[in-house]
Amino acid sequence: MSHPERLGSPGGESVGTIAEPPHVNESLSDYAARYGLRQSAARPPLRKYLQQVWARRNFIWAFASAKNISMYTDSRLGQLWQLLTPLLNAAVYYLIFGLLLNTSRGIKDFIPFLVTGVFLFGFTQRSVTSGAKSVGDNLSLIRALHFPRATLPLAIAVVELQQLLLSLVVLFAIIMAWGEPITFNMVLFIPVVALQLMFNVGISMVMARLGAFNRDITQLLPFIMRTWLYMSGVIFSLPVMMKPGSKLDRYPVIARLLEANPAHVYVELSRNMLLGEYRESMREQVALHKATTMPMSQLWLYAIVWAVVMLVGGFMFFYRAEERYGRG
Amino acid sequence: MAVADTRPRKALDAVELDPRREPIVVVDDLHIVYRVYGAGGKGNAASAFSRVLRRKHRPTMTEVHAIKGLSFVAYRGEAVGIIGTNGSGKSTLLKAIAGLLPPHRGGVYTDGQPSLLGVNAALMKDLTGERNIVLGCLAMGMSPAETRAKYKEIVDFAGLKEGFIQYPMRTYSSGMGARLRFAIAAAKTHDVLLIDEALATGDAKFKVKSKRRIEELRKEAGAVFLVAHQLDVVKETCDRVIWIDEGRMHMDGDPEEVIAAYVETTGK
Repeated sequence: MSHPERLGSPGGESVGTIAEPPHVNESLSDYAARYGLRQSAARPPLRKYLQQVWARRNFIWAFASAKNISMYTDSRLGQLWQLLTPLLNAAVYYLIFGLLLNTSRGIKDFIPFLVTGVFLFGFTQRSVTSGAKSVGDNLSLIRALHFPRATLPLAIAVVELQQLLLSLVVLFAIIMAWGEPITFNMVLFIPVVALQLMFNVGISMVMARLGAFNRDITQLLPFIMRTWLYMSGVIFSLPVMMKPGSKLDRYPVIARLLEANPAHVYVELSRNMLLGEYRESMREQVALHKATTMPMSQLWLYAIVWAVVMLVGGFMFFYRAEERYGRG
Repeated sequence: MAVADTRPRKALDAVELDPRREPIVVVDDLHIVYRVYGAGGKGNAASAFSRVLRRKHRPTMTEVHAIKGLSFVAYRGEAVGIIGTNGSGKSTLLKAIAGLLPPHRGGVYTDGQPSLLGVNAALMKDLTGERNIVLGCLAMGMSPAETRAKYKEIVDFAGLKEGFIQYPMRTYSSGMGARLRFAIAAAKTHDVLLIDEALATGDAKFKVKSKRRIEELRKEAGAVFLVAHQLDVVKETCDRVIWIDEGRMHMDGDPEEVIAAYVETTGK
């Protein structure tokens, strides 16, 4: 193979070489190694890679802002869509699930409940879908300049965070309009979003690598995401569905799995932090059915574990293919 | 620069090494084979389905053996021109040096990370030239302060018409795009800069400027590789020319000689 055993710096000789060599018959790869040249497109060591990513933090921010700006350049309403899209989404779900199908039974303040769910699920959903495209959509940049590729999915996560912050303005307006009092619990909403952001960064890195080498993923994603949406209690309350005697109650394994799924964890935590009425009703339910309902402490634990595992795992997963992005 | 020591040589045998100079790119018996997808097949769902069932590769996947055993050494401070007919493997070679194509056999060794400037002109085509400059500089690892300091220089160097810097890059002509792209990439000192026809669309004035910039980059102890079909550009900018034919080394040496030989062979 092309890897020489000798990895000396210029002039440095390994033990056992005879005198100062004239380097006759030395192979080109040995010659390259003697001058400290490396295979082009090798992956830097993890530490150095992290430093490089950190050094590009300004790039990540600037790239995210630029993306946000260019996203709506062709539409007349422009940036207004950042507010209109979440509003319209909430309106559609309210029309179908609140008015037509009446899934709201048992939930007080269904509108704030629904809007919180839709917005926060959308945060993760968009991180996944645009994460999958983050490498493929920027091939010309990847091929032109050299920079750690992990900055691309990171920038995507920042774009989605910026979008979320705008939707949160809408969200708070709706919550306030429903007469929700401002409580200390609302401050705890900030760490929830932070944990969800960590999770999103991780998952968008996983998707970025998958999407970079397999474009079929982007065709499949809408279906996967819709399934995930319905399984995470975004437009209905999972705990309510799991009341004793219900179908899910008879299959506790499935119920536990649904509860542990990260989208449900973050959505449910956010609702508990933001909506006083909902918090009360959940508290009652926990007290009533200890065995079947997940207490808050467990939700927090899940939220932290998911965030850390996904962030670290996703970063490593993305990093291990670093030298292959943009090839071909 | 005293260059023509052992050259011109016809690289038929092993590469002769110059012990007095420091190599920056070593290409060692490089073979590049890449797969080409698309085009062909029936292109309907039924044929795609039967393909998946029979566990075949994607439609009409052909393997192209683009580089067939190329070896050479480039030293610090060299500007190497690469010439050859269309499809001789010039661009493939540059991509391989940049690390964008994995070697099938052999290897490419470089000092530092090579940067490739290609023909597709936009970095991010929906963004304005201004934002492309800022993002490009930041992506190359400059700090915001350095970026601000370089900004004016880049705009001047690209020599865009009044106001164009505020337009999205997709509205640029190919020449304007290539100029801005080159200006951005050239703002930083690269160890190895690979230029693939990126200067071809520039006008005469830009050619003079880019030639001067390539000179500077070389003096800053890097190496520059230039692929161009305009032989006069190669002759003026490079101090060494490699002629590739069918993925193999045909000739390597002094620009005047190699180009003269090339013109004689292809001109008829």
